[in-house]
Amino acid sequence: MEEKKLTDEIGQLQKISWIKVCTTDSIPENEGGCVKIKDKQIAIFNFTKTGEWFATDNQCPHKMQMILSRGMLGDQAGEPKVACPYHKKTFSLHTGECLSGEEYSIQTYPVKVEKNEVFIGMTV
Amino acid sequence: MKQKIVVAGNGMVGYKFCEKLIAKNELAKYELVVFGEEPRPAYDRVHLSAYFEGKTAEDLTMAPLEWYTKNNIQLILSDPVSQIDPVRKTVTSMKGVVVSYDKLIMATGSAAFVPPIPGSEKDGVFVYRTIEDLDLILEYSKKAKKGAVIGGGLLGLEAAKAVADLGLETHVIEFAPRLMPRQLDEAGAVVLKDKIEELGITVHLSKSTASIDGEHAIRSLTFTDGIELDIDMLVISAGIKPRDEVAVKAGLEVGKRGGIVVNDYMQTSHPDIYAIGECALYKEMIYGLVAPGYEMAEVAVAHIVGTERIFAPYDMSTKLKLLGVDVASYGDCYGTTPQSKTIVFEDKVKGIYKRMNISEDGKTLYGGILVGEAENYNMLLQTFKNGIVLPPNPEDLMLGSRGGSESSGHGLSMLPDDALICSCEGVSKGDICGAVRDKDINDLAGMKACNKAGTGCGGCVPMVKDLINDTMKSMGKVIKTVLCEHFSYSRQELYDLVRIQEIKTFDQALDQLGKGCGCEVCKPAIASILASTWNEMILKHAPLQDTNDKFLANIQKGGTYSVVPRIPGGEITPDKLIVIGSVAKKYNLYTKITGGQRIDMFGAHVHELPDIWEELIDAGFESGHAYGKALRTVKSCVGSTWCRFGLHDSVGFAIRIEERYRGLRAPHKLKSAVSGCVRECAEAQSKDFGIIATEKGWNLFVCGNGGSKPQHALLFASDIDEKTCIQYIDRFLMFYMKTAEPLSRTATWLNKMEGGINYLKEVIIQDSLGICDQLEKEMQFMVDTYACEWAEVVRNPELRKRFKHFINSDEADPTVAFKTEREQKFPVDWK
Repeated sequence: MEEKKLTDEIGQLQKISWIKVCTTDSIPENEGGCVKIKDKQIAIFNFTKTGEWFATDNQCPHKMQMILSRGMLGDQAGEPKVACPYHKKTFSLHTGECLSGEEYSIQTYPVKVEKNEVFIGMTV
Repeated sequence: MKQKIVVAGNGMVGYKFCEKLIAKNELAKYELVVFGEEPRPAYDRVHLSAYFEGKTAEDLTMAPLEWYTKNNIQLILSDPVSQIDPVRKTVTSMKGVVVSYDKLIMATGSAAFVPPIPGSEKDGVFVYRTIEDLDLILEYSKKAKKGAVIGGGLLGLEAAKAVADLGLETHVIEFAPRLMPRQLDEAGAVVLKDKIEELGITVHLSKSTASIDGEHAIRSLTFTDGIELDIDMLVISAGIKPRDEVAVKAGLEVGKRGGIVVNDYMQTSHPDIYAIGECALYKEMIYGLVAPGYEMAEVAVAHIVGTERIFAPYDMSTKLKLLGVDVASYGDCYGTTPQSKTIVFEDKVKGIYKRMNISEDGKTLYGGILVGEAENYNMLLQTFKNGIVLPPNPEDLMLGSRGGSESSGHGLSMLPDDALICSCEGVSKGDICGAVRDKDINDLAGMKACNKAGTGCGGCVPMVKDLINDTMKSMGKVIKTVLCEHFSYSRQELYDLVRIQEIKTFDQALDQLGKGCGCEVCKPAIASILASTWNEMILKHAPLQDTNDKFLANIQKGGTYSVVPRIPGGEITPDKLIVIGSVAKKYNLYTKITGGQRIDMFGAHVHELPDIWEELIDAGFESGHAYGKALRTVKSCVGSTWCRFGLHDSVGFAIRIEERYRGLRAPHKLKSAVSGCVRECAEAQSKDFGIIATEKGWNLFVCGNGGSKPQHALLFASDIDEKTCIQYIDRFLMFYMKTAEPLSRTATWLNKMEGGINYLKEVIIQDSLGICDQLEKEMQFMVDTYACEWAEVVRNPELRKRFKHFINSDEADPTVAFKTEREQKFPVDWK
């Protein structure tokens, strides 16, 4: 956990390029949407309840399905999470760690919102 | 100086040895080198047949390669130890790697035993042991039609399941006069055989194979009685033989029929060499199950790190699901203990056989057998293992409570603290209760993380859950059925609060009644309550809905959805059938008739859903709510209009009922049926509410369901007219929607209801609570406010926009892939 956080931080110190993906109104409140960046599918979540935005892989590592953007948002003891629609595996939106006890995790990406535009940070 | 430990063999037990050594936290003192013969790290051989059900090699892996790296274990694969020099203390691998050791662990396991039958070298003859074997079988089976398995024991039947799963005509050949001769008695084996033959598998008993015939590849078998069996594939799964050949060469003591002889500490005849698992021979016995293998690993680890633990003759009790049939055998299953008496229960109709062997005074359980139904296995096993005194009617323990309301009072509390609950991981009752008391563990997930209880075969999970709850109760912790961490209320309380406080949105509910941001449990539950109370358009609460309710369709493998228009009572005109056909054809959808007398169209991309529905609605269809926790179908038989036996028009009544309750959101799905006579062709007694015509009117049945725990509906009212019938159903459904826990069907709801069906009759028929007027009014409101949500979406461009895979592209999901089978499309299988 600690280690992963650290690498995430190191990653952020490295060169990140911000990619504009959509406008804030293109994702309904407290829901997700999927964007295509080159051949990658990224899920973006408009976590209106706390006013935060998150981005993760769209693929659920359990059955390798491109689905997480259609998952349900929520929190577990304050940790924001998304639940996969297929088998309800839940993942932290902060760290990508699986909160339902599985070994696998998902990649998370930094998000920033400027005016009404949403950007995702990806390392070059 | 670190001690060097070499592990020869990377199977389940060899892996467990490493895991247990690491758990001792003394890794700093040891250096671990592991040799494995197979090309991949240790995997779960117990669940090997899952490989044919779509599990991958990765799914079965015990720990990934990174785990070995992380723990500084040097893992050498595809290179078994081929030589040991016990004097110089070195091992040499097949490829010539030489490693010295301080301690050597032989975990070489076993190989399939192949009886010396002429022709066993022919193409198409396999053993069933490794993933490589399975790959070979899988490949060969593509051109085979008839397969046979030699061996009707535990492993043989596992292999037979695999062969049957591959779609081959399957034969099982057993030398003994019965199946599973080591675990079952004659009568139990007969029940198992009947069950297996029901699956279309042919069982040949008392058959010994004389030769395997065919030119290069197998064409047939000849038995010693001269009879021939034409087959084109054969799997030999007749037993195991310990892999002791390297130990023999090194001069270690082995048993007459193989196996490396070990003492109580798992040491071989050479004190620095240990043997564990299926290659070890302890007191003349090879232990071919995983639990004793794990215990051997634990004993060897304990001896190496210098703690006291000895291996005791291990109980070979086992419970399995073979070809879908529960089979369990424990303790002295044949009743060979002197002066033992036997209680036998046999139900040839259901295919259940149970036997328990008890002492003459009826107080001690010696052992027993369960076939066809093994729900009480854990409790029986614990009673046997711990020598607990049997209750006055010992058969209750085996048969469960049979209709009477009082239980036998024989529970978990009777077990001593050292009772082993999880035998795979060696977790006792004391460990589990202690974790609840001292470590604040209060659920199964926490327990699994704390001491691994229930992470092996999973058979003990129900007991672990009960122990957690019982311990929490004994500590005075209230186990209130609260919804989740965000709402400290039960569903019934929330239902009332939503109505009283006129709560219309989830955020309002969270602000007034809960905390946090919600989750995948409370969001759909609140959405269902809001729908059952205010009956507003379901997409008004889209963020609360599971994906099915969010896209008003059922999600399927691969990420596409299926579409089910309502076909009330299963009655449809030819014109409408043509519409379904042409829509399915236009959008290239897979079509199937459902169990509920309608037609399901699969494989629609999310963006196609509104277009598909537009066409269906134009043709007069409406949503079938197959995606919702809502009324699904009202099935009907053809009824008196056509049928010579029919008493009333069951189709007409079914349509009226389906149209009355369509779209009704409930705690779980609702199914119904109407039969036109007592022959019951519509299967109304397996539904949440079912109606059967009588000479004088209708009989109403309630609270039945199919599914994983089938339950017959109970007769609720007899010979009532249509109006009364609807009145009772109105009240019944509304009462259920108000008081049931989330995701509990009417059967479960009734099972938990104090007073049961009689109480329910008092409330609904006699109006003992004085709420029936209210219930009827609330139901009438639901009926009056019904609107087809798909009709609304199709008309509303804003709502239509939701149906897209990407928000920054109009493309469909490019990862969706299909294959063709039986002239239709199917999703490619998932990992």
